[in-house]
Amino acid sequence: MTDVAASPGNTNVASATPDTMAWDSRARRVMMIYLPLACFVLILLFPFYWMAITSFKPNAELLNYKEHNPFWISSPTLAHIKHLLFNTAYPTWLKTTMFVAIGSTFLSLFASTLAAYAIERLRFRGSPYVGLGIYLAYLVPPSILFIPLATVIVQFGLFDSPMALILVYPTFLVPFCTWLLIGYFKSIPYELEECALVDGATRLQILRRITLPLAVPGLISAGIFSFTLSWNEFIYALAFIQSGANKTVPVAILTELVTGDVYQWGALMAGSLLGSLPVALFYSLFVDYYVSSLTGAVKE
Amino acid sequence: MSVTTLPSRGVAVRQPGWIARLLDYKPFLIVMCLAPAIGLLTVFLTYPLGLGVWLAFTDTTIGRRGIYIGLENFQYLWTDPLWWGAVFYSVFYTAIATFGKFALGFWLALLLNNHFPLKSLLRAIVLLPWIVPTVLSALAFWWIYDPQFSIISYLLVDVLGVRSTNIDFLGTPWSARFSLIVANIWRGIPFVAISLLAGLQTISPSLYEAAMLDGASAWQRFRYITFPMMMPILAIVMTFSIIFTFTDFQLVYAITRGGPVNSTHLLATLAFQRGIAGGELGEGAAIAVSMIPFLVFATLFSYFGLARRKWQQGEAND
Repeated sequence: MTDVAASPGNTNVASATPDTMAWDSRARRVMMIYLPLACFVLILLFPFYWMAITSFKPNAELLNYKEHNPFWISSPTLAHIKHLLFNTAYPTWLKTTMFVAIGSTFLSLFASTLAAYAIERLRFRGSPYVGLGIYLAYLVPPSILFIPLATVIVQFGLFDSPMALILVYPTFLVPFCTWLLIGYFKSIPYELEECALVDGATRLQILRRITLPLAVPGLISAGIFSFTLSWNEFIYALAFIQSGANKTVPVAILTELVTGDVYQWGALMAGSLLGSLPVALFYSLFVDYYVSSLTGAVKE
Repeated sequence: MSVTTLPSRGVAVRQPGWIARLLDYKPFLIVMCLAPAIGLLTVFLTYPLGLGVWLAFTDTTIGRRGIYIGLENFQYLWTDPLWWGAVFYSVFYTAIATFGKFALGFWLALLLNNHFPLKSLLRAIVLLPWIVPTVLSALAFWWIYDPQFSIISYLLVDVLGVRSTNIDFLGTPWSARFSLIVANIWRGIPFVAISLLAGLQTISPSLYEAAMLDGASAWQRFRYITFPMMMPILAIVMTFSIIFTFTDFQLVYAITRGGPVNSTHLLATLAFQRGIAGGELGEGAAIAVSMIPFLVFATLFSYFGLARRKWQQGEAND
């Protein structure tokens, strides 16, 4: 009963005599659920722990495992973070990333709210096909698009400008947000809109005064999702931005901080930690919205 | 954009009655509502997609308009061992990583589907690798895979004493390939687990109760209830996962940039190296376009392969 080897035998007993219900015994539960769960959590979180602990380690400890236990810090230091904030353009990168993420989030929320409303509520001939078309756009990966998009961006004179990213990110945000919002609009009773129509409200008034306030949870989900996705985006930002000051955090850390043969692991990890914090913080505030939007979009 | 700002500007100038009537005219309203989304997607998605296919048939380089050269780019790629290497690694990477993600992710979803204290906290923690920018966690993996100061090597050599030398994770082709796959699986588990968990929660407990009364074992309950019921959601999640694993760029670019000796190039990183870094836009576009058949095949295979079984299941039950 106490070791794993005994457990398959156990289930056989259970199947032979269903009323013994041996599967719920405590020791078995520990072996079959808690132990694997603990392993999963340990492995999934270890890189973050390692990232965090590296960014507060002084260089002497960082590269000397013989005299210092690598899993702990004996004399924590803020030197790496200080270096990052005052000797590099890190604050500028953070600002640019924030600007791009917020800009593209608002643009895609605006576009996808209107589109979702038209597809789900205005119901015209062919509206399912428009919905399907937008959904298919989600299946086109950025890796196929970045080379021709780079030439389009150059044609528009937007090369090396954060505006290019704000305009391009909606290509993967709009399909996702539209589908999420279609799902939310579906859950709002149509009768509410009919009442408003009878009372003489125009369509846009209905959207603004009735549908949107009821869809706020959906808007928040779509918003935070878009924010995270645009904060994390890499390949477009790498291909379209050249000058150091306009780079987003993920690109800048990789291209500006990785210099020469000796990697400054402390600064690199501090940069990664700081770059991850905004999304992690955002995430911790809205966990439930995240989970529901992730699973909701999959279920659609 | 100009289309959507038109009405608000119009309100100030023209008679409100006319504007109100126009705004309530359904076809106009539909066009106006769809314009921003469709406009953005057309200009920055559909047009580049077509342009990419066109570029693949030209010899465009950065700063020079190319001319139509037919299939020359593809003929060149066909004889290019690096492209074949990238095709091989892309397929290998996708196959192994998808298998790993789904095996471990499904297991994690089944574990999370049990009742235990702090469940929602745990669910939130599990999703963390998926939330954090991939490049940044990839950097953490790069540091974990460091040839000299790898923490895994330290554990194996100094703490456990299993090995006598450090593992050279990224120095030799095969270990680099598997190191990248492990990092990709690590990043992909949360998405698979949380999506499948949502699917698991929709399965009615009464099915399990009925099966248990009939004396079904845990394995039988999994094989004949959980698995068939999960098929539709598995098909969708797997389609997404395959598409985005096959076209992965960030992990490889951040950790190895295709090295050592070009052994870990995926098609996307090769396209970037040739198209943007090397300036050969036409050739880069051809590499990107060469991904499309694989993607279409993988999508059809995973979607219809899995969905059909679910459909047969449904038919058999009727």
